Amino acid sequence: MDDLIIAGEKFSSRLIMGTGGAPSLEVLDQALAASGTELTTVAMRRLDPAARGSVLDVLRERGIKVLPNTAGCFTAGDAVLTARLAREALGTAWVKLEVIADERTLLPDPIETFDAAERLVADGFTVLPYIGDDPALARRLEQAGCAAVMPLGAPIGSGLGIRNPHNIELIVEAAGVPVILDAGIGTASDAALAMELGCDAVLLATAVTRAQRPDVMATAMREAVRAGRLARQAGRIPRRRYAEASSPMTP
Amino acid sequence: MKLLINGSPHDVPDGMTVAQAVQTLTTATTGVAVAVNDEVVTRGSWETTALRDSDRVEVLTAVQGG
Repeated sequence: MDDLIIAGEKFSSRLIMGTGGAPSLEVLDQALAASGTELTTVAMRRLDPAARGSVLDVLRERGIKVLPNTAGCFTAGDAVLTARLAREALGTAWVKLEVIADERTLLPDPIETFDAAERLVADGFTVLPYIGDDPALARRLEQAGCAAVMPLGAPIGSGLGIRNPHNIELIVEAAGVPVILDAGIGTASDAALAMELGCDAVLLATAVTRAQRPDVMATAMREAVRAGRLARQAGRIPRRRYAEASSPMTP
Repeated sequence: MKLLINGSPHDVPDGMTVAQAVQTLTTATTGVAVAVNDEVVTRGSWETTALRDSDRVEVLTAVQGG
């Protein structure tokens, strides 16, 4: 499979993992290994002195690049501060920008997200914004200097798959930066579809970490992303209304 | 003086530094970042930054998420 390139950095895996929802660091570690991921998100939270083990140790051991997110932020100001704290704590200027509109849907707030993206780009960050499946917003964020765009397939953790494949295709057609399908993936066919639609990568967490067997689902996702990418590159046959014989019709 | 460290009230000696405030929670100095009153204090300034009464100190680290 060809490399994924984000902001000049190469990744041989097109599956980006999240770390939320795993029952333990051991389960997470096994799932990350099985997924083959080279880029994985973490959240920033108040330090808990009682916490044992760190997700950072797991990522370091596996040689996986860390992508801090701004999960939990509701305003551009919160997100910018969280990104700056992540840069300070983790030594990376990459950030998955996530500004949530409300707790019931966890849908991204486009106004706050755009505001934060402009401020973070100006501050030298490599910004990967999580957005709705909105082609116009995706284009505006690319113009603002974002390194990728991350449209959702469906709400976070919903496992509803890609609710508007047409919009994802529109985003892909217009994008000059990588398009990463983020959120909503439920099972392997959803990940394959994202890649068949032309997305450059898939980001998922819950579909693996809350599967009954996370490491097995991680393997399925790795294979699905690969299969979807190859199918996209192969060029699928057109859909037809009626049959087209594949064997000669004359005896 | 009184500080809020990660949301909890603390009664501490005057002139406590950011480094000392962090040490009330952890001995780690990597993978940790500090904001005082919503402004980042870089690691290199922890020892020399004195806190003031009523400061809000946030000490963050990376956790599973996203």
